[in-house]
Amino acid sequence: MIYTAPDRRQALAMIGAAALCLSARPARSAPSPISFNELYGKVSVLGLTFSDKVKALEGKPVAMRGFMAPPLKAEANFFVLTEIPMALCPFCSSDADWPDDIIVVYLDHAQTFEQANATIEVSGKLEVGSWTDPDTGFVSLLRIVNADFRRV
Amino acid sequence: MRSLLAILTATTILVPAVAGAATVYPLDRATILTASPFDVKVEFDGVVAGSDVTVTINGKPAAEVLGKEATFIEKEDGVEASAVRLEGVTIAEPGTYTVVAKAGDDEKTVTWEVYGTSAEPKAKNVIFLIADGLSVAHRTAARIMSKGMTEGKANGRLNMDDLDRMAFIGTSSTESVATDSANTMSAYMTGHKSAVNALGVYADRTADPFDDPKVETLVEALRRQTSKSVGIVTTSELQDATPAALFAHTRRRAEKAAINTQIFDLKPEVILGGGSAYFLPQSVAGSKRKDDTDHVAGFRDAGYTLATTKGELEAAAGSNTGKVLGLFHTGNMDTTLDREFLKKGTVEKFPEQPGLVDMTKAAIDQLSKNAEGFVLIVEAANVDKMSHPLDWDRAVVDTIEFDKAIGVAREFAEKNPDTLIVVTGDHTHGVSIIGTVDDEKPGDQMREKVGTYAEAGFPNYVDSNGDGYPDSVDVSRRLFLAANNGPDHYETFRPKLDGPFVPAIQDENKKYIANEAYKDVPGAVFVEGNIPREGDTGVHAVDDVVLQATGPGSENFKGYMEQSDVYRVLADALALGTAQKK
Repeated sequence: MIYTAPDRRQALAMIGAAALCLSARPARSAPSPISFNELYGKVSVLGLTFSDKVKALEGKPVAMRGFMAPPLKAEANFFVLTEIPMALCPFCSSDADWPDDIIVVYLDHAQTFEQANATIEVSGKLEVGSWTDPDTGFVSLLRIVNADFRRV
Repeated sequence: MRSLLAILTATTILVPAVAGAATVYPLDRATILTASPFDVKVEFDGVVAGSDVTVTINGKPAAEVLGKEATFIEKEDGVEASAVRLEGVTIAEPGTYTVVAKAGDDEKTVTWEVYGTSAEPKAKNVIFLIADGLSVAHRTAARIMSKGMTEGKANGRLNMDDLDRMAFIGTSSTESVATDSANTMSAYMTGHKSAVNALGVYADRTADPFDDPKVETLVEALRRQTSKSVGIVTTSELQDATPAALFAHTRRRAEKAAINTQIFDLKPEVILGGGSAYFLPQSVAGSKRKDDTDHVAGFRDAGYTLATTKGELEAAAGSNTGKVLGLFHTGNMDTTLDREFLKKGTVEKFPEQPGLVDMTKAAIDQLSKNAEGFVLIVEAANVDKMSHPLDWDRAVVDTIEFDKAIGVAREFAEKNPDTLIVVTGDHTHGVSIIGTVDDEKPGDQMREKVGTYAEAGFPNYVDSNGDGYPDSVDVSRRLFLAANNGPDHYETFRPKLDGPFVPAIQDENKKYIANEAYKDVPGAVFVEGNIPREGDTGVHAVDDVVLQATGPGSENFKGYMEQSDVYRVLADALALGTAQKK
């Protein structure tokens, strides 16, 4: 499995759709580390609130460790970073069955799949807010874009 | 010449396909409650001419018998074949109905049994308690872990051990011997068997998950014929297959946002469980909807008291509205072992979740305010959710909690003997208790510490505070529950004290491989899977479910029954063939 960066047409479509996802690649300063348990300030049955740290790091370079979940669809140009290795129920595996605290990662350039048993560290720009992937319909609240990753 | 032959061969293949048997829904041997609305669909094997199509029931045109005109569809969406549909029809008179659908050579005959019920209800209330995936091993382990055993005799009895009647239930699907929680609970709640993943419908051949021929659910029948209150209590997401089966009509159980809307439309008076994510509009972080519908606001506007914690549920019990919406988790609620003892799973995020016993009590308190009676469905979801990942300690402790909820129901029935109690599972798991694991046994390898036959002895769980739960599941001589199937995984022979077991994880080819997080647990051994590598966890067994019951109407549970026959007993106990609206 090779993850590819979105092609130009997709990129334009994404910019056109919400002007959200792909800005010019910023000069990389040292990314701020952030962990899964720092994502939400208030967790409630009636909704989650992003933590102050997430709000402060919005649009800024971050580094985050987790596990790479296998893609929903082979052609997806993103992957899901999870706190623990994922095992999805075969009868209920829709994107809605992912845990709340996932990060969607849009890669800057193609990288090969890392085995789900291995911890990886993803670096890139933190994006906050609901975004529906135009190709797959996958809804995410937190994303790391212009990203790359390495095995820890 | 060769290509002509190829064409001829292709043509001759097509001809028998067209002349093959059509499919009629409801299927042959369907049992249908009198006056309950259902959809009829005939799927011909190929494209046929509308003028060639006839559908008769007991020799008369179907439209005449069913009181509605049929719609002919020359080519169904995505299918090179014709169909006939009649929607929302009813049959008032009990009896045998032979349906013949015909188009040219394509002919299919099916027979339906339409049944009536007692004229007068036998039971005012029904409490139907279901532990998802409940197998004999779960019951036995719960009894031994909770009550102990001395010299081969149990030191105490579970609440489920003293119900008066029982039956063996066949759980198979319309397309397979194996089954899932959607079609099994749907069979209980509609009286019709269906296909894996389907709820409240027969699974047709088109891709649309919302166009399949519908049958009436228990809640719809209660709304149509009675003024009873309805309650659903579960430890899973409220949109999960088992609770959804009371309400939903879809071929695809994963359509949880739509299912939540179907629950909202039927407005059960008491709704307690997880899955708040599908009640929240998409703009709220944590929502899993893809629209702006806000069902929390909707239920509030409809007069429901909202509870989101154990404390708020207790407060809501004092409400006189009779309508409570309790949402205690965005997803599935945590297991009893995590909630009450280990504080693992997601308990840190949702520390104030009530348990099944609290929820069952609160539900009965509210529902019993209705002088016309009530029907309450209680689901212990985690028995299944922990059996899939082979986390037997969590599954068994949740079985003990389930048994305590049965105790609450029995207590109510003692004071209200016009209450039918049914206790069952929806399907089974491939698990058995084969003995014990004894840390004191000699040997370096954990398998040497497995005690079988005389060497198993008795486990040494202790319940010093008498709460019915062992003080610890991590004792030196513990029950050994073994799965007869599963993915590649590491067997640790120990309870998973750090959180629910995740035996296998997916690789880049979508194959499941052993989760290496357990590789270095002392004594862990690699167990090679015996199911396809696409399977993430242990699977459901095809074995019969044991159903038990007590109270008025329970005398009709006996011997072997199809899962769909259980609905008929419920319908008869409640006299759903008789209009009782006040």
